[in-house]
Amino acid sequence: MQFSESWLRSLCNPSLSSEELCHVLTMAGLEVEERRAAGADFSNVVVAEVLSVEKHPDADKLKLCSVDVGEANPLQIVCGAPNVAAGMKVPCARVGARLPGIEIRKAKVRGIESSGMLCSARELGLSDDHGGLLPLAADAPVGEDIRRHLDLDDRLITLKLTPNRADCLSLLGVARELSALTGAPLLAPEVKPVTAAVADTRQVVLDAPASCSRYCGRIIRGVNANAPTPEWMKRRIERSGIRSISFLVDVTNYVMLELGQPLHAFDDAELSGAIHVRLPKPGEQLLLLNEQTVTPSADTALIADDQKPLAMAGIMGGEHSGIGESTRDLFLESAFFPPAAIAGKARALGFSSDASHRYERGVDFELQRKAIERATQLIVDTCGGRPGPVVEAVSAAHLPSRQPVRLRTARAAKVLGIRLAAERIEAILKGLGLTVERQGDDFLVTPPSFRFDIEIEEDLIEEIARVHGYDNIPSQPPVAQMAMMPATEMSRPPMALRRLVAERDYHEVVTFSFVDTAWEADFASNAAPIVLANPIASQMGVMRSSLIGGLVGTLVANRKRQTERVRIFELGRCFHRDASAGPVAGFAQPLRLAGLAAGPALPEQWGVPAAAVDFYDIKADVEALFAPRRLEFIKAGHPALHPGRCATVCLDGQPVGVIGELHPRWAQKYELGRAPVIFELELAALLATPFAQYAEVSRFPAVIRDLALVVPQGQTLAPLLAALRSAAPGIVRDVALFDVYHGKGLGENEKSLAFRIVMQDTQRTLEDAEVDAVIASLLAVASSGFNASLRG
Amino acid sequence: MDNLDQLVASATSDFAAATEPAKLEDAKARYLGREGSLTALLKGLGKLPAEERKSTGAAINIAKERIESLLTTRRDALKSAQLEAQLATEALDVTLPGRGLPRGSLHPVTISLDRIEQLFRSIGFDVADGPEIETDWHNFTALNTPENHPARSMHDTFYLQGGDGKVQDDVLLRTHTSPVQIRAMLAHTELHQHLETMPELRVICPGRVYRVDSDATHSPMFHQVEGLWIGESVSFADLKGVVADFLRRFFESDDLKVRFRPSFFPFTEPSAEIDVAFMSGALEGRWLEIAGCGMVHPNVLRFGGFDPEKYTGFAFGMGPDRLTMLRYGINDLRLFFEGDLRFLAQFH
Repeated sequence: MQFSESWLRSLCNPSLSSEELCHVLTMAGLEVEERRAAGADFSNVVVAEVLSVEKHPDADKLKLCSVDVGEANPLQIVCGAPNVAAGMKVPCARVGARLPGIEIRKAKVRGIESSGMLCSARELGLSDDHGGLLPLAADAPVGEDIRRHLDLDDRLITLKLTPNRADCLSLLGVARELSALTGAPLLAPEVKPVTAAVADTRQVVLDAPASCSRYCGRIIRGVNANAPTPEWMKRRIERSGIRSISFLVDVTNYVMLELGQPLHAFDDAELSGAIHVRLPKPGEQLLLLNEQTVTPSADTALIADDQKPLAMAGIMGGEHSGIGESTRDLFLESAFFPPAAIAGKARALGFSSDASHRYERGVDFELQRKAIERATQLIVDTCGGRPGPVVEAVSAAHLPSRQPVRLRTARAAKVLGIRLAAERIEAILKGLGLTVERQGDDFLVTPPSFRFDIEIEEDLIEEIARVHGYDNIPSQPPVAQMAMMPATEMSRPPMALRRLVAERDYHEVVTFSFVDTAWEADFASNAAPIVLANPIASQMGVMRSSLIGGLVGTLVANRKRQTERVRIFELGRCFHRDASAGPVAGFAQPLRLAGLAAGPALPEQWGVPAAAVDFYDIKADVEALFAPRRLEFIKAGHPALHPGRCATVCLDGQPVGVIGELHPRWAQKYELGRAPVIFELELAALLATPFAQYAEVSRFPAVIRDLALVVPQGQTLAPLLAALRSAAPGIVRDVALFDVYHGKGLGENEKSLAFRIVMQDTQRTLEDAEVDAVIASLLAVASSGFNASLRG
Repeated sequence: MDNLDQLVASATSDFAAATEPAKLEDAKARYLGREGSLTALLKGLGKLPAEERKSTGAAINIAKERIESLLTTRRDALKSAQLEAQLATEALDVTLPGRGLPRGSLHPVTISLDRIEQLFRSIGFDVADGPEIETDWHNFTALNTPENHPARSMHDTFYLQGGDGKVQDDVLLRTHTSPVQIRAMLAHTELHQHLETMPELRVICPGRVYRVDSDATHSPMFHQVEGLWIGESVSFADLKGVVADFLRRFFESDDLKVRFRPSFFPFTEPSAEIDVAFMSGALEGRWLEIAGCGMVHPNVLRFGGFDPEKYTGFAFGMGPDRLTMLRYGINDLRLFFEGDLRFLAQFH
């Protein structure tokens, strides 16, 4: 909502500076978003009359003007504007004037002395119009300062109104509020009924009273549709951000801005019979003023005559019934459409109008007659015409009701934390135009017809707090009962995990939850992802079911920025449909942690040979994240990953994630060069931490033996190690792989796996014989089950 | 006995002249060895008369101890010199960089969220989490925003396509973290409803939220933190106290100016916008909108299972992205979501 400060001050003029006035509005909840000057900063420009225009003797396009600026003698001014003409009134910058970017001096223009400059709108910073001089009204007083004449010291104020304050979508509403806040009187325009000069009327029928509960209509015959809009009115609506079109259109906008009541003017010649407010017939279409043809939904009320639809009620007029230059007879509409009947309708059609904006938030339902009288008076004053009587159709049962709301002083104190005297509360409420009946310390408060946001006690408490001033409510350190919060050792917070990952040289990223369909297909083999109905862009069209796409996308972006070594992780939600999932039925939304590493395993540094990061580097990271719990890695397939370099990560027999090298196909498609290594893990599994299980520490010496086994090249470690561990008797504290060898001394299809076996008893020193027996039994398990032999 | 003193003096200078262990051992042999001068003197003792033998023997032994002590001192000195020489050859260039993995980094917004959590935990707030695909009921209806409520036009909501290709109107991407309020309230009241007076509910809900909006200052996905405190005597004055305290602690600025300005949210009443102004720095003196808050609307309390006559509460919602930008002087929101390592690596 934008308006001119001087218009507001004509309705309520507190003795506050412009800045103070804006502060008062802002701190009462009518946030002033912008305040700017109506004109540029200049001085010494006055209203002038061009007395005569002659050709410049030495320049075709220049003219020699004699100009009256209200001094004893006319000035001689050289002017190049195409529209300069004798008799016109224009702004004249006198010698010494400073305009934006120019200082006016006495000068010779092509040999002729010029004592000033006649100005265009752009030269005064009023608009971009540089087509010619800014013509002023014929009755503009010569010599008057142009700032005063055009009210250029005015300021344009823009309010960022919250949707509950529809009552402030008019100058009168803002003035009413300002009066309540400052005590300055409200100077509302006096509106008197205009006596009918003709008896002509149109019958109004409310066929859909739930959609329109009050409708005032009036015929005005014989108007001059070409009458110019008075300067003051034009200036006010333009400073409210509405373009001046023609007087009849301007006047409806003016009254809407002034009082808050949208009006519509029909060309009466286009109407036949009665006016109906009704719901559309099946398939009925209407061409709107914005040249959009719409088929209104079944619950969208239309204004129609006996034969055809004319307008979408409260939203926009129809093209065919609108007024134009040839209009002689008007039918003026001033109606109340309840918010529920209008809400969302314009938005559904993809536009918004000043009328629908106001109706869906709530227009004063007792304002219609006053507004039509106000408009009639302005029309008759400016372009003549003979008004008929106002026809008013009302469905009282469908008008909004205003129920009294009880307010308890004690409740206000409980909610606000500050006790206000009942007298203060009463004064605030009355100041806002509410009807107040005091009952001891309580009040029965009835809101006026222009307030749509007062239905419960809290609404009144808010009004009290607002007017009293939030600044005047103390900031209070809270008092609460203390109780320790549970602190379990069985899980860790996500932040601890994030720190752990960052400690291992991963950088945290946050990528969008909506991704490219191709990512879902490539990295999750997801042909039926969750699709957004209204994505912001097609490459953000579906919900991710894996974090891998975002990480690969981040790698691609960093490669474009010439960063070769990239180690990143993200902790976030993934989404897929799952009929049995909750808490939102049908959607599984697990949190996951995923990481990606590409480029050298270590940053380039001295004394360390460069090596590209590989599966086992990242496997160590994954193992560290779960430590001290032991993971199992089971060879598996995954759409994103290399089929031979990919494993399911299992914890206690349950899959909790995946690790592997990106499939070379995707490394090529996304132009990554060497494939990065990726892991993606379920957060829930990572957050659970085991409670430490104490085992006795031995005071007897440990015996360490190594066992190097030659096995076929294709033998994987896990089953062999598991067999050794399960066959080992109680004195074996640990069996661990410490070397893998393939090459000289072994057959082509052989490799050696070397294990270190640590044996120790808590009660005694071990004897050689039993140690030898253990090693022999382990060798037997390996040779019988895995075709292994002792390496010679 | 000048003889003996001369011997000691001569050993002292011989030992000092020995600059390496082998030469020292040679010098030692000249005095203490089988053929050494002292050894010779000791051997000659037997030829002395008995009355001289005792006193001469004692004098020789004193000289011998002195020479042995000189020898030990010299041996230690040579050994240390040798060690030092060896260590000098082993010296490292201590200015070479250390080897191994450096540290990664945490996302700047994560760092802010962690600080926010810590500050609120310190006054007894718990942390709650909720789904990002949310029901329309939790995101709007239970927050007192019925269908066609004008406040819904304040949110540009992402909706999902159902299996039939039509818009699924019962679920959406949450437009704020406020629905977690509802979930936290319902969980709390279900747990404690048998009590005559339920314990206070103090919780913050951080997370990602979504709106159809994208330009230099808006991202279609961004972060929010919701806070909620419900109890028997929680007032607007408490809200002001807690939020102002938080903002000053978060920015570590005791002179931060904080103001509360009336506003409108369907789920709070009275409602306020919170503005802050820094007393120094590039943004000095400018009011910056930083959060929305208010007393929980009675309808919302009812939806959450609380009796609004007995319980009151406040709620606030703020943007950790904006808080982070202000704290670190970051001027472009998009940096948070572009994953540029040159940007991210600056935060730990």
